[in-house]
Amino acid sequence: MPEIIEYILELVRLAATDLPPDVEISLRQAVEQEEPGSAARGALETILQNVALSRANSTPICQDTGTPIFYVQHPEGWSTRKMRQQIEAAVAEATQRAYLRPNSVDSLTGNNTGNNLGGQHFPTIHFEEVEDDTLTVDLILKGGGCENVGAQYSLPNTSLGAGRDLAGVRKVVLDAVHKAQGKGCAPGILGVAIGGDRGSSYLASKEVLVRQMDEPSPDPELAALEERLTAESNQLGIGPMGFGGKTTVLSTKITSLNRLPASYFVSVSYMCWAYRRRRMTLQGDQVSYQ
Amino acid sequence: MRTLQLPIQEEDILSLHVGDPVALCGVMITGRDAVHKWMVDTFIKKTRSPQGDDLEVYAALKPLLDGGVIYHCGPVVSGLDSGAYRLVAAGPTTSIREEPYQGDVMRHFRLRGVIGKGGMGAKTLAACKEVPGVYLHAIGGAASLIAQTVVKVLGVYKLDFGVPEAMWVIEVKYFPAVVTMDAHGESLHAVVEAQSRAALDNLLAQP
Repeated sequence: MPEIIEYILELVRLAATDLPPDVEISLRQAVEQEEPGSAARGALETILQNVALSRANSTPICQDTGTPIFYVQHPEGWSTRKMRQQIEAAVAEATQRAYLRPNSVDSLTGNNTGNNLGGQHFPTIHFEEVEDDTLTVDLILKGGGCENVGAQYSLPNTSLGAGRDLAGVRKVVLDAVHKAQGKGCAPGILGVAIGGDRGSSYLASKEVLVRQMDEPSPDPELAALEERLTAESNQLGIGPMGFGGKTTVLSTKITSLNRLPASYFVSVSYMCWAYRRRRMTLQGDQVSYQ
Repeated sequence: MRTLQLPIQEEDILSLHVGDPVALCGVMITGRDAVHKWMVDTFIKKTRSPQGDDLEVYAALKPLLDGGVIYHCGPVVSGLDSGAYRLVAAGPTTSIREEPYQGDVMRHFRLRGVIGKGGMGAKTLAACKEVPGVYLHAIGGAASLIAQTVVKVLGVYKLDFGVPEAMWVIEVKYFPAVVTMDAHGESLHAVVEAQSRAALDNLLAQP
């Protein structure tokens, strides 16, 4: 396997400083929805100015550069141990270059490691072997503000009148959006997983966030629910930053997992408007970024 | 947009209302989770005795916070090796985590303002009325843009809390924010919460 430190470093820089075009387009459309002179419109205009400035100067879009979450799809025979070492080296270098804030804190002592490394779970790296000879690395930087408003429901939920079906899923997701208010840096993107156990369900609700903004679920029923949830979330009137307004959620992504007969979990991962996710592809010595 | 000079005078605070955009100029201090807990435990509730440089830092903070503002922010900082600090990215963090502490901290230091994002609750709103002070909402995630309004890093306290949690003393010029909780008992966050609650109830009643 080749050395990938430099490629990963560039992937981190792009993710932290250069908002993906599909997200920016969506934010531009949102500006037009809000009343001229409103706090909501002002917030979105500021956001777009900041996006342009961060891109031009290679400075972080948001100071909370979050948990770096890597999804690595690698050819057969590559060493995950060596890839982990190289990803960690790239993350430490990105921190040194101020693309990332030092964010890894020992939960018992409160000490910040200073380099975004720490144990087997910081940064988070998921490995999966694939059949072809291409290395694909997706990176999501997920900040703490939006992570804190994530939610998990066990259905049925009596107080919301949510049963074990898609109608019930709809209700709990709307409840999660209401509870989040502006605290997750609205307008947000919703990652929703139906089923699984508590752990796999949350995991899937994040993984679904690697999809493109305009990429619906391949399942028509889920695709319809995605569209409905985005529209209904925007009827809540929470608006950008929670200032009130028409744009609360930019997009909804739903996936489903098999579950135990006894369990019906719905997990919601809220992603802030600073939807920092980038992909690096390496085939031979040809590297490309999306 | 109205310019506010730091420290802020009481009459200026009383003239501010929810929805007013402001631009701050002067010296402010960043402080978030670790700082608020440290202030309350060590100097307000005194459940922990001062250690290390605690008393020196407290003496230095008192005049800076009197009439001043605290900014809920954990910046990205360059120049950590050389000490030639520069804030590269400095947007607000979610304020509600400081709700258990904020009112007491405002009263103790006579803080005129708190800057953050997401708004705060009833305890802080009561302190805003009493001190008096305001809650100022900065744009979450607008970190590069806000960092440009930080013209100078004047110093740092408690760097051992880690870069995001330390108290950065910064001089700002036209730092943009919106008043979302004022000294007259008004809170935009309470209004939006109640209106969206009604909209949610309506949606939940539909199949």
